[in-house]
Amino acid sequence: MDLAHSLRLIAPETTLSIASLILLLFAAWSGDKASRTLSIAAVAVLVGCMFLVAPALCSGAMGPDVMAFNGQFRADAFAAFAKLLIYGSSAAALIIAPAFFERTGSMRAEYPVLILLAALGMGMMASASDLLTLYIGLELNSLASYVLAAFLRTDGRSAESGLKYFVLGALASGILLFGVSLTYGFTGTTSFAGISAALQGGIPTGAVFGIVFVLAGLAFKISAVPFHMWTPDVYEGAPTPVTTFFATASKAAALALLMRVSLEAFGSQAIAWRQIVMFAALASIVVGALGAIGQTNIKRLMAYSSINNVGFVLIGLAIATPQGAAAMLTYLVIYVAMSLGGFVAILMLRDDEGRPLEAIADLAGLSRTRPGLALALAMIMFSLAGIPPLFGFWGKFVVFQAAVQADYVALAAIGIAASVIGAFYYIKVVKIMYFDEPMDAVKGRSDWAHGALLVIMAVFMSPLGYLLTKWLDGLAQAAASALFVAA
Amino acid sequence: MGGFPILSLMLLVPLAGAIACLKLQAQAARTVALTATLIDLALGILLWLNFDVGGAQWQFQERHAVFSSFSYALGIDGIALLLIVLSVFLMPVCIGASWTSVTKRVGEYMAAFLLMETLMIGVFASQDLFLFYIMFEAGLIPMYLIIGVWGGDNRIYASYKFFLYTLLGSVVMLVAMLWMANTAGTTDIPTLMAYDFSPQAQTWLWLAFFASFAVKMPMYPVHTWLPDAHVQAPTAGSIILAGVLLKMGGYGFIRFSLPMFPDASAQFAPLVFALSMIAVVVTSLIALVQHDMKKLIAYSSVAHMAIVTLGLFAFNVQGLEGSMLVMLSHGLVSGALFLCVGVIYDRLHTREISRYGGLAINMPRYALFFLLFTMGSIGLPGTSGFVGEFLSLGGIYQVSTWVALAGTTGIILGAAYMLYLYRRVVFGEQKNADAAAMPDLTLREYLMMIPLGLAVLWMGVYPESFIAPMRQDIAALDARLARVKPAYDGKLIVGKGAPLAHEEAHGEGGHN
Repeated sequence: MDLAHSLRLIAPETTLSIASLILLLFAAWSGDKASRTLSIAAVAVLVGCMFLVAPALCSGAMGPDVMAFNGQFRADAFAAFAKLLIYGSSAAALIIAPAFFERTGSMRAEYPVLILLAALGMGMMASASDLLTLYIGLELNSLASYVLAAFLRTDGRSAESGLKYFVLGALASGILLFGVSLTYGFTGTTSFAGISAALQGGIPTGAVFGIVFVLAGLAFKISAVPFHMWTPDVYEGAPTPVTTFFATASKAAALALLMRVSLEAFGSQAIAWRQIVMFAALASIVVGALGAIGQTNIKRLMAYSSINNVGFVLIGLAIATPQGAAAMLTYLVIYVAMSLGGFVAILMLRDDEGRPLEAIADLAGLSRTRPGLALALAMIMFSLAGIPPLFGFWGKFVVFQAAVQADYVALAAIGIAASVIGAFYYIKVVKIMYFDEPMDAVKGRSDWAHGALLVIMAVFMSPLGYLLTKWLDGLAQAAASALFVAA
Repeated sequence: MGGFPILSLMLLVPLAGAIACLKLQAQAARTVALTATLIDLALGILLWLNFDVGGAQWQFQERHAVFSSFSYALGIDGIALLLIVLSVFLMPVCIGASWTSVTKRVGEYMAAFLLMETLMIGVFASQDLFLFYIMFEAGLIPMYLIIGVWGGDNRIYASYKFFLYTLLGSVVMLVAMLWMANTAGTTDIPTLMAYDFSPQAQTWLWLAFFASFAVKMPMYPVHTWLPDAHVQAPTAGSIILAGVLLKMGGYGFIRFSLPMFPDASAQFAPLVFALSMIAVVVTSLIALVQHDMKKLIAYSSVAHMAIVTLGLFAFNVQGLEGSMLVMLSHGLVSGALFLCVGVIYDRLHTREISRYGGLAINMPRYALFFLLFTMGSIGLPGTSGFVGEFLSLGGIYQVSTWVALAGTTGIILGAAYMLYLYRRVVFGEQKNADAAAMPDLTLREYLMMIPLGLAVLWMGVYPESFIAPMRQDIAALDARLARVKPAYDGKLIVGKGAPLAHEEAHGEGGHN
């Protein structure tokens, strides 16, 4: 438990911090001209960090050896799993950005730095094993995110989205902090292990309130119903690369944090929060599905889709078993890949002057004007709807399998029946692309980086993805068992 | 055949063709699609020839544990063999039927059909619960696109209805499958077929599977997607829909509901009987008043499928064999009837019955084939329809005379609506000049009609070829159901001597 050991464990965090500071200095020195170079450097840093965390996941690191700074920070297999996902999607958010911002000359050198700082915060969220680490990670991530949402300063919608995200996010943080203080008051400790030990014998009413407020604060971050209202506005207003970042990295980090808190700190009292999570899960599935039906903007549609998908992930949490946690992680990987693919495809929708297109109506007849793009987008839509043989089905499959194994058959049945409502709007997008007469609105040439990412995600989502199931399953099991050993 | 993975090859050939078609020009795509389906037909014939009748129950097995939670397990018994052969036999016809009538986006169209073929074979050949589910459900995507892109005027509504109806049915089944896999500890279909779930659980599982198969079948009252889908689908889409997709429902009952949940099947048999009886009578009457040819045949499909469910839930050898034969025969006959509609639709671009008339004068050869398939649909002895319907109704008669009575009404009404259709289209005066000017069958159309016609006659004259491969499997299923077999409701005194055990179709009468 010496300092050197702790420092070794936080090597990825240290790397990210130092790299972001260096890049910040460099950015201040050379200005916006160097933003492309900075982005490349930031991607390299993130990829390097992925290599730093991968061994912990592969070796299934868990137990007391992976605790740093007297139980403040935990670098176990679970954290490694989440961090791989976070760093990977942050890198993707960097790769897709230049082509988007450069058209309007708004690519600024701060973008890669902010993404790195947010990724650092997210990594800490995934590794938190103390309420204070949790809060520091969350705020570091949130502050960077607020700025990112308002990154297009001159665009009214972007500014509005940043402001909205900030105000509501601050409110949620306040609620979370209130819950943290109640929990601390009634358990006498802020460390997850301590809380878990203190609640072993039973749960005082005050601590129940603590759980409820903490969960409410976190539900905001993962945009679960009834704290989802900000999602469509922020997703629509924020620049698309930033929306991609929110939908992938932020979501993964917040869900990882939620799992840490619920299963590790409050794991012994699952009965106290299970009903809340069940309600949030089913409500998110239904609201996400119904809300999406009337949307005309594809980014808003993706926002509702993310609310809908969070509902499925929460089903895995509600059952509070290692299988459920592993299923959540598997679902997250697949969901992140699907949203990444979806947003990259949206980025590729541009008119002849290169302006981004966001109206769903502009997709009309896309299958005839841009067959490749339409095919990829159709695959993503069917995959989001969970129709086999696309890989999106596998995420739903493992979640419901875990639910059935834990004897929550009714929950699984209701959840899966509600997924049919969601299928409606996904196939509506396919209908517009394939059945309608071409509008021929999509003209612009695509960036090769976008194309490459889209191809990778499409291959991952194709039935070939099933070949990964064994490997993915093994990793998710290792990560989930680390979480339960810690609890 | 040794260890040669012929089933995988049969899955792979159309899949490879589908991917190739996506990139090809119209004419090249047609050629590739036809070649791929013909290769698959050849492989299907090879499969049939190499199938060891009376040998092991499961043949051509392949098993690779490449996935987590389920495995890539293929294998067929006689029942699956026949349905696979039906699928590969109908596919070249489908491609032929769309040779000239589909002119827009030919490559994608052919790709969707070839993908469909892979999935259909996959459904029948899967030996793993979840592999089956994936194949079963995946068929929604190509069929949704086929109806939606190449369908008629009201195609959007029909495609949504088709997609959401069938999806809702099958997701409930998924939960049941997860429960079964968890309880039985295996996803292997042959093992599950012998596994005894507790009767209470069976009730729920049966209902969940029923939700899926009843929609797919389709049974009254969830049949309403079928007429819409048929009317809007292109000709080949209708052929494949009626010919093979509907059979998935029946196959589901025979493979899952009956052997896996025998108690629940017996418990719910009255429900199935009631729904089927209503379906037979009501949809036949609806068919009688249709003005649209495709809608008429679609409703007749519902009526025929109701005879299938009646026979299946008779729980005896005649009923089960009869149902299988009705499915095979209906696959051929309704496919052929949709083809007949397609032939004249291509010439006049309307499905309105009143726009035709007197076609026997200008299209005598067409009239001949149409007559043959009409008779097949009615169930005239000598055609395939007769054997299956006779056996099914014979099977059901051993359980309930009243149900048999209602079922037989369907045959009579079937004769009424089919003959009425035939009279209006083919006989009578040539009241429309444009219809009177239509040319007779082309070579391409002959090539599609003749094999179908021969198959219909073959199955009608010598059904033993089709019964032999599945005899053992039906007997096994019958033995599995023996425990829950319902009592005969008639008050007849059965004679001492068993009926003559003959090599002919209804040689199994002695089982009772």
